[in-house]
Amino acid sequence: MEPRYVMVLDTRRCVACSACVIVCKTENDVPEGGFRDWVVSETRGRFPALSTENRSLRCNHCAFAPCIDNCPTGASHRGPGGTVQIDRVKCTGCKNCISACPYDARFVHPRGFIDKCTFCMHRKGAYTACQTVCPTECIHFGDANDPGSEVSRLLATRDHKVVAPEAGTRPRVHYLV
Amino acid sequence: MAMNEIEILKATPHLAREHWWGWEIPVYLFLGGLAAGIMILTSVRVLRDPEGERSETFRLLSWLAPLVLSIGMFALWLDLERRWDVPRFYLAFRPKAPMSWGAWILLAVYPLVALFALGELRGRWRDRLAPRLRAVADWADAPAIKRRLAWGNAAVGTLLGIYTGVLLSAMSARPLWSSAVLGPLFLTSGGSTAAALMLLFRVDERERRGLSKLDLGLICMEVALLGLFFLNLMTGSDTSQRAGGLLLGGPYTASFFGLVVFGGLAVPLFGEAREMRGHNGSRWFLPLLILIGGLALRWILVAAGQASSWNAL
Ligand code: SF4
Ligand code: SF4
Repeated sequence: MEPRYVMVLDTRRCVACSACVIVCKTENDVPEGGFRDWVVSETRGRFPALSTENRSLRCNHCAFAPCIDNCPTGASHRGPGGTVQIDRVKCTGCKNCISACPYDARFVHPRGFIDKCTFCMHRKGAYTACQTVCPTECIHFGDANDPGSEVSRLLATRDHKVVAPEAGTRPRVHYLV
Repeated sequence: MAMNEIEILKATPHLAREHWWGWEIPVYLFLGGLAAGIMILTSVRVLRDPEGERSETFRLLSWLAPLVLSIGMFALWLDLERRWDVPRFYLAFRPKAPMSWGAWILLAVYPLVALFALGELRGRWRDRLAPRLRAVADWADAPAIKRRLAWGNAAVGTLLGIYTGVLLSAMSARPLWSSAVLGPLFLTSGGSTAAALMLLFRVDERERRGLSKLDLGLICMEVALLGLFFLNLMTGSDTSQRAGGLLLGGPYTASFFGLVVFGGLAVPLFGEAREMRGHNGSRWFLPLLILIGGLALRWILVAAGQASSWNAL
């Protein structure tokens, strides 16, 4: 069966150190001012009963991807394992996909094409760069169609959520809560 | 005190929600709508009264459509990050992408509008044409062909006008734009700004009255559609109410109500109604207000839409 790559991040372990952000920039030669992933820290509650959740965010490689639908040239397309990829040669920089993404996951690369997280597909489905450096090992990546994979096990045994499910895009980045 | 604070640890430029579409897209949408309106108005005149006399100015006005559309296309081209890759739009047809539809519709617009406008050239204008072009103009002016061209021109103009709104409304990621009303709203506004632009030229008195009357009707329709647009937003989910709040009480309220609602709709509505009753005003004041209002409508909606989003952090 064709793999279905997903990412599972443990919000209970994340300490918001941003190592994933920095290594991604190095691994993928992300230009100054651009980011393929970023970290938010959300504090909720009524003082003094407060709780904080840290989330490392990136393109959700949505199952229903409006960025692909709105791309007039086919540059944004479905890549290996159901990931969402951008063909840099076909991209005209019209920025429709930036308008279409509810997660603001895309940015304009100084060379004129659009850039975003690729799930490190140049590593052919092996560990992503962010996963390798996370000091708390809170990032997991793998094939959700393989019932024996770690991501399948985590999604089956732990409570999890996606960001803004009401946007209706069926994200493939899941957060353990 | 209850709190819900999101601290962005890495202040990334795209998270600061900088606008990625600047002046070029609203100008393109405005001029696209204007061209669509001119195509529809000039064609409908021919269809309603095929034998009727049209002033020389009115006939020449059909050339305004390709002219303003080309300026709009130039603005769109300037917006592209990779301007020389524009042929890429024609190497694919993506049925779910409105911009792909737009690119292909434009291919139909130019030949149609050029043939129609050529057929509208008469007298000294036609005499000045090269013999081959004159033959084409004669052909396009034959009653049966003219009728077909006018139908085609009006149909493609309608598609173009609706498309300028659908380009935005297809973005469900931007709750302010995600409304089916935007297509008809931009089409109506395109018609009204086209009538206003045509009123700035020396058309004859009968044509002038006709255009003013039509404009009055179109402005009334626009007011109704704008009302529906707000109703839709303010009776929707929390997300769409937040988006609507950008225009109702938020940072875009003063400019939207000042330039679009008051200057672009209310004043022209009363002014044109007065003119209908025989009070003559300045020839250019109301049309200019309508044109500024039409541009402001797109400008503010494009800017505010980019500031609207799902709470997706
Ligand atoms: S998060 Fe945005 S860029 Fe990524 S697949 Fe979804 S819509 Fe496309
Ligand atoms: S900017 Fe590139 S990837 Fe995005 S919609 Fe336009 S052509 Fe497609």
